[in-house]
Amino acid sequence: MIAKSSIFLPQGRTALAILVMAAAAVCSADDRNPFANDPKAAKAGEYEFRINCALCHGLGAHGGGRGPDLTRAQKKHTHNDAEMFQVISNGIPGTVMPANGTNGQGVGMTDEEIWQIITYIRSVEMKAPAKPVGNAEHGKQLFYGEANCSLCHTVAGKGGRVGPELTAVGGSRTREAIIDSVRNPSRRLAWGLTEATKEFPQEYETVTVVTGDGTEIKGVALNEDNFSVQMMDASEQIYLLDKDKLRSFKKSRESMMPVYSPNLLSDKDLDDIVAYLISVGAK
Amino acid sequence: MNLRWDRESLYRGGSGGSGERPRRSPRALLVLFGVYVAFLLTLHAYAQVTVERIVNSQKEPQNWLTYSGDYSGRRFSTLDQVNTTTVHTLAAKWVYQTGATGKIETSPLVVDGVLYATAQDDRAFALDARTGRPIWMYQYPVPTDIRPCCGHVNRGLAILGDKVFMGTLDAHVIALDAKTGNLVWNVTSADYRAGYSYTVAPLAVKNLIVIGVSGGEYGIRGFIDAYDAATGERKWRFYTVPGPGEAGHETWEGDSWKIGGAPAWNTGTYDPATNQIFWPTGNPSPSNRGEGRAGDNLYSNTLLALDADTGKMNWHFQFTKHDEHDWDATQVPVMIDAGSKHLIAQANRNGFFYVIDRSTGKLILANAYGKVTWSDTRDAEGRPVAKKEASPTLEGHTVCPGALGTTNFMAPAYNPKTALFYVTARDQCDIFSTAPQPYEAGHAYYGSAYFPSEEAEPYRGYLKAIDPLTGAIQWKFEHTSPTWSGVLSTAGGLVFTGDAEGNFVAINALTGMPLWHFQMGGAVYAPPMAFAIDGKEYVAIAAGSALYAFALP
Repeated sequence: MIAKSSIFLPQGRTALAILVMAAAAVCSADDRNPFANDPKAAKAGEYEFRINCALCHGLGAHGGGRGPDLTRAQKKHTHNDAEMFQVISNGIPGTVMPANGTNGQGVGMTDEEIWQIITYIRSVEMKAPAKPVGNAEHGKQLFYGEANCSLCHTVAGKGGRVGPELTAVGGSRTREAIIDSVRNPSRRLAWGLTEATKEFPQEYETVTVVTGDGTEIKGVALNEDNFSVQMMDASEQIYLLDKDKLRSFKKSRESMMPVYSPNLLSDKDLDDIVAYLISVGAK
Repeated sequence: MNLRWDRESLYRGGSGGSGERPRRSPRALLVLFGVYVAFLLTLHAYAQVTVERIVNSQKEPQNWLTYSGDYSGRRFSTLDQVNTTTVHTLAAKWVYQTGATGKIETSPLVVDGVLYATAQDDRAFALDARTGRPIWMYQYPVPTDIRPCCGHVNRGLAILGDKVFMGTLDAHVIALDAKTGNLVWNVTSADYRAGYSYTVAPLAVKNLIVIGVSGGEYGIRGFIDAYDAATGERKWRFYTVPGPGEAGHETWEGDSWKIGGAPAWNTGTYDPATNQIFWPTGNPSPSNRGEGRAGDNLYSNTLLALDADTGKMNWHFQFTKHDEHDWDATQVPVMIDAGSKHLIAQANRNGFFYVIDRSTGKLILANAYGKVTWSDTRDAEGRPVAKKEASPTLEGHTVCPGALGTTNFMAPAYNPKTALFYVTARDQCDIFSTAPQPYEAGHAYYGSAYFPSEEAEPYRGYLKAIDPLTGAIQWKFEHTSPTWSGVLSTAGGLVFTGDAEGNFVAINALTGMPLWHFQMGGAVYAPPMAFAIDGKEYVAIAAGSALYAFALP
């Protein structure tokens, strides 16, 4: 097999939008799953799912660090098999969900294989929505109040800028993944800028530099290459620096975000904050 | 004067038929014109790329006549105008935008001032190599229903005589007129609907165009073909999976040989002294599951020594037996002569750097040059052997290197002045989890899922300089993230490479220190090469969707 990028390269939004429109016209004749409830197709779909989807959605479709839990009864972008077929075929503009065959990973799926995957997802999803956990209203108060989340994170246009924007996170990641990110922020750094042709997105790494005049700056990397770094410090100041002019350059995978241990943020309060993020992300 | 008028005057036999001057016979004029043109053609016959010119390519360092620059595969230029002292003034001279999207993996050719290259979607073009201005452009009609595994990529052309040659994504081989881009011949090698395709730059050897097929993720039966450069007639085919009655057939369980994979999708090398082609092969199919194809699975992941005239195998060396991790051994095999030793070296996707005696095919050394967890023992020949527990499992477990390998298709370089081998490498481990699939023609056939373990170490990318006589790593240059760029080395004491962040970088070939860089605005998936025109050295590389050329001011 030749060269498959291990992380997908989301294509241009315009191209995706065009594809969505084009495919909507083409696929209308074929919007019924020919394998609905066929256990053999579900098994084939499980293997296809592992190969094509598990990178983000996890081996059992329970969601990974990057993609939503597809065993949830309700899905944000699809309400029926036909819509799911469209989403798998064409991706979701504005998200990291790529169009079939464009993620640089593998050859993509035939229509038949996509239907098999849908059959598999239907076979493992819950039949009723999970009982909501937490108090979203209280979570919102905490987010913008004493939990200090909004000092660094923006939700729905309001908040700080040094951390990842979180408006969509409740819809694109599992509850467990969000809790894990709060309790262990360094375990899986969030993705930042994704460039069209570059294999790996920039991550929220912590950068500490000492400039030529001896000033120490600590912040998150907005982007970096071998010769320059673009970073933002906790006061949201952007620095554009040449590495060869720095006295020192240190990069760390220890996140700037503090570890929210249970004695800093109780399980209940965290549930409330996650409930708030999920309520926003579902919109 | 426009062409139409010119032609009309010719056929009318004179100055436009005004009648004032005496008329010559039109036929006599045509004959005269024909003689004149024939005379001109003989004058310019020397400009054709003969096989002798390729064999003696060191006599014309201003040109770049094969994928790797010459037959040895070393991607080394003897030009030294751009060197460790002057490189700091290197500047972009021109940029050619291909207009295509996706990864551009091409390695251009340059012959007497004209640059020939390919772009995504099977485009080929010729440029004025001084200015980047196009002379011709050819777009192959790619079928809409092809599903190549890894993008609509193409790694370049071969040139011989007055033609350039390209393999296409639907498994055709075509010849184009080098002066016009006009199609001369077009032959079908295999059915693309069953997963066969070409992405490789062919190799011109004698009067033959040698090419290896892609499709290891579809359960193809791999082959290396040779076509008559003049006519496109197939002269030989070497099946990389032996059929019944052929040696090696017993290394396949049951009928698994029929869909055994072993593609040959990167350009091999040629030794004129022994008339042997050295061509490497890729993974057995399914790529990530050994069940159902018990045995060594010859000649997957193998270096083949083939007689150039007949395609008959002289010897073979299999790097990874019974591969279950997609570790195609398709990396360019580089011929190195050290004293009386005739060696061939390959930095393999499985994480080991191999040196083989190219007269006998015997292994001389195999050293890990990246993070390797799949093997900790050797067989009697010294070949690394896979641990049982490295096989993919249903739950998935981590193996290093990952499926993308320690290196992949990135062209390496060998510099005879530093006696170092330069290769792009990455440390990335993957989780391999079985996903058995039935074979269906034209459908993906992996047998396993694999994806990077996010909680493992971050993936690291390097340029590594290896001493091929010992396998020791002399220096390494760390990239910000892993790159797919190839490597060029020059007599100017430099190594050129690109990175995922879009930089083109010149590095001191002895020390690994970066000396110069230029931001090209798109990630690099291609190797650099060098040429010269009117005494000026150029270095060229593709990035993003464009081709860049650099020279001193």
